[in-house]
Amino acid sequence: MRKFKSFLGNLGLLLLLAIVLLIWVQLTPLLVGVLALMLLLWLVLTRRGRQTLSVTGVGISTLGQRVGASSVIVIGIAGVVGVLVAMLAMGDGFAATLQQTGSSDTAIVLRGGSSAELNSVLERDNISVIEQAPGVARGSKGEPVASAELSVVVNLPKKSDPSVDANVQIRGVGEEAWALRPNVRMTQGRRFTPGLRELVVGQGAQHQFVGLEVGKQLRLAGQQWTVVGTFASDDSHHSELWGDMQTVASAYRRGASAQSVTVRLVSPQAFDTFKAALVSDPRLKVDVSTTREYFSKQSENLTKVIRIVGITVGTIMAIGAIFGALNTMFAAVSTRAREIATLRAIGFRGVPVVVSILLETMLLALIGGALGGLITWLIFNGYTASTLGSSFSQVVFQFKVSPQLLWTGIQWAMAIGFVGGVFPAVRAARLPVTTALREL
Amino acid sequence: MKYLRLIWAALFRRKTRTILTLVSIIMAFLLFGMLDAVRTAFDSGSKSLVGVDRLITSSRYSIIQSLPQTLQSRISGIAGVRDVAYANWFGGIYQDPKNFVFSYAVSPNYLDVYPEIHLTPEQRKAFDSSRTGVVIGPTLAKKYGWKVGDKIPLQSTIFPQKNGDKTWAFDIVGVYSVDDDAGSGMDQLFLLHWKYFDEASLYTRHEMGWYIDRLQDASQGDRVSKAIDALSENSDHETKTQTEQAFSASFAKQLGDIGLIVSAIMGAVFFTLILLTANTMAQAVRERTSELAVLKTIGFSSHSVLAMVLAESVMLLFLGGVIGLAIAALLAPLVSKGSGGMLNLPSVGAASWAIGVGLMVIIGLLVGALPAIRAMRLNIVDALAGR
Repeated sequence: MRKFKSFLGNLGLLLLLAIVLLIWVQLTPLLVGVLALMLLLWLVLTRRGRQTLSVTGVGISTLGQRVGASSVIVIGIAGVVGVLVAMLAMGDGFAATLQQTGSSDTAIVLRGGSSAELNSVLERDNISVIEQAPGVARGSKGEPVASAELSVVVNLPKKSDPSVDANVQIRGVGEEAWALRPNVRMTQGRRFTPGLRELVVGQGAQHQFVGLEVGKQLRLAGQQWTVVGTFASDDSHHSELWGDMQTVASAYRRGASAQSVTVRLVSPQAFDTFKAALVSDPRLKVDVSTTREYFSKQSENLTKVIRIVGITVGTIMAIGAIFGALNTMFAAVSTRAREIATLRAIGFRGVPVVVSILLETMLLALIGGALGGLITWLIFNGYTASTLGSSFSQVVFQFKVSPQLLWTGIQWAMAIGFVGGVFPAVRAARLPVTTALREL
Repeated sequence: MKYLRLIWAALFRRKTRTILTLVSIIMAFLLFGMLDAVRTAFDSGSKSLVGVDRLITSSRYSIIQSLPQTLQSRISGIAGVRDVAYANWFGGIYQDPKNFVFSYAVSPNYLDVYPEIHLTPEQRKAFDSSRTGVVIGPTLAKKYGWKVGDKIPLQSTIFPQKNGDKTWAFDIVGVYSVDDDAGSGMDQLFLLHWKYFDEASLYTRHEMGWYIDRLQDASQGDRVSKAIDALSENSDHETKTQTEQAFSASFAKQLGDIGLIVSAIMGAVFFTLILLTANTMAQAVRERTSELAVLKTIGFSSHSVLAMVLAESVMLLFLGGVIGLAIAALLAPLVSKGSGGMLNLPSVGAASWAIGVGLMVIIGLLVGALPAIRAMRLNIVDALAGR
């Protein structure tokens, strides 16, 4: 009967745990602040609260004697949070780079059914139709602000390992490309001259690949090209090489066709008019999307994979850390068994004991989470990496350790601390006073 | 061996603590097993002996540039080349862009240069004599429930047909089987006739994406690859010939430094694990001070006490590690299945087991060292008196 009761008690505890965790993941920082405040008020204002506070004080003051054991919790949780935040920062950084590439007042037109520029082909007559469509902004001379572009992929050796050739995207752009992408600015050298075999290089590409410094010669499609400038942009264009559309097209024997047309719209609202005009035109079979939509979609898959991997690895590590914390706290409770029993014998009730042990674990967890987050932030914030994007070429991006991610890390840390502390805490409160007092 | 029971008893003296520690170790090695599987999945082929006699010739400048058909006879003319096959990327999707199918348009002798692909003679004959026939891998067949005789509409993301239609119709005439040690992904190919593709496609004109050169002798690889690249030097289609392993490894490397990410995570995990088990072992020895003193009193030498404590910690690691790796070995195929061919995790291989067991022993010795030395130096009188 007794066994059954304790079994039921444990079951109830697990259920409670699940509910608390479920609520916990939904909480916003503000709500957590409110909860913390309420806890603080309870601690200071009520009798039980003050009891809890003093028991916690005793526990924390003896932490020094258990440095080794307590650091298991801190380091364990720091590891979990560090790995989790780093993985998520990688995914976020990649997504942010691609999302910034687009805007809602420029639109990109591809051949119908093409998922990326690489698969698309648009013939010359189609291009003129697209450029003259309603909704396209006009420049000072009345010409449409539109750029028909070609993108080809070439192999270049990577700086990190020159024996490895990686894919780089060369974008052949029209004259309006600079007006279409105001965030692209030259940092060194000059723009390429239309008609000549000249290239300008994104800073990201320059950092990743060998031989892209200004003045260097490059052999592409069997011809010599010269790098004449470097540009900066905080988006995926900075992983690209830009050249004149016509010159690139002739080098790669593409004739008069292009792969995509990017246009500036009169306003973001004009997109619907523009799209409707192109879709209803019987001469065309194209897909139209705003550049923001287009580039966000390209980051979707990889970001999702990174998120899933990060959370899986984080979960497995978290389970390990929970058991480490359980171990430590059970040990802490058993070394303090006599002390706790004495407290209970002189009239302290269960709640202060339970809460104080929970508080102690959560405090250690908080330190661990903050430590893990801090280390990740120091190492990885702004860390540059590159991967294969959806256009089969390297996309350079930076890890982004945002406050939201750090908050997620702290949430995980506190959850681990809670689970790791609740069982030892309950055991401490359930310990029969007489046995505990007799124990050596 | 005779001490095994004693060590076992010492290990489970405090069941809760040992089991809690064990779970942490299991989790660490589970993660190790899975991540190592990911790592090997990415550089698979680099160690496998299958395909060492194959070179891949592709455009030197870009994966999107194709090579002329004339190259085939010129490559076959080089001494040491046994057979030359070619293929082109088809970029097929089935019904939805999410259902990506690894589809190549291949030469008639493509199956001959891949001896690890087995097709029954009847199906081979059916494939050779058909125009729109395709052979598919076992994993792919299972994924969509395709079988011989089915008509499959496949969309190409790149190549429309001459009439502008991007949906191509194929007849499945064979489902092949592959050897277990074949490179990853070999079991889910969709192979169509290059001839059909070339005739019906709107854009390509007698061009192929890459050549597969089978060698008479794998050790001739360097010489032959240089000879092949010399054929097209200074032309408008310069080539780059490398071993099949290097070719596929270069793709994996482009995804990012998987090895580095994996080792960074494992570093964090094992650092934590060492701390955790070291703490457990220190506690265990501290608690047993008087017992160890008794052992010494009845005649155990200091060194055997040292060895016993070390053995205990190695055993703890070993127990958890083996369970963890075993779970990983069971889980990896499930993950591959769940991802629907997106991620092809091999089960924990012999190499991973070897590294894993090595880690268990090293970590076991490492965390046992301090407590063991403490136990060895124990002064019997002081320990018994509880000082």
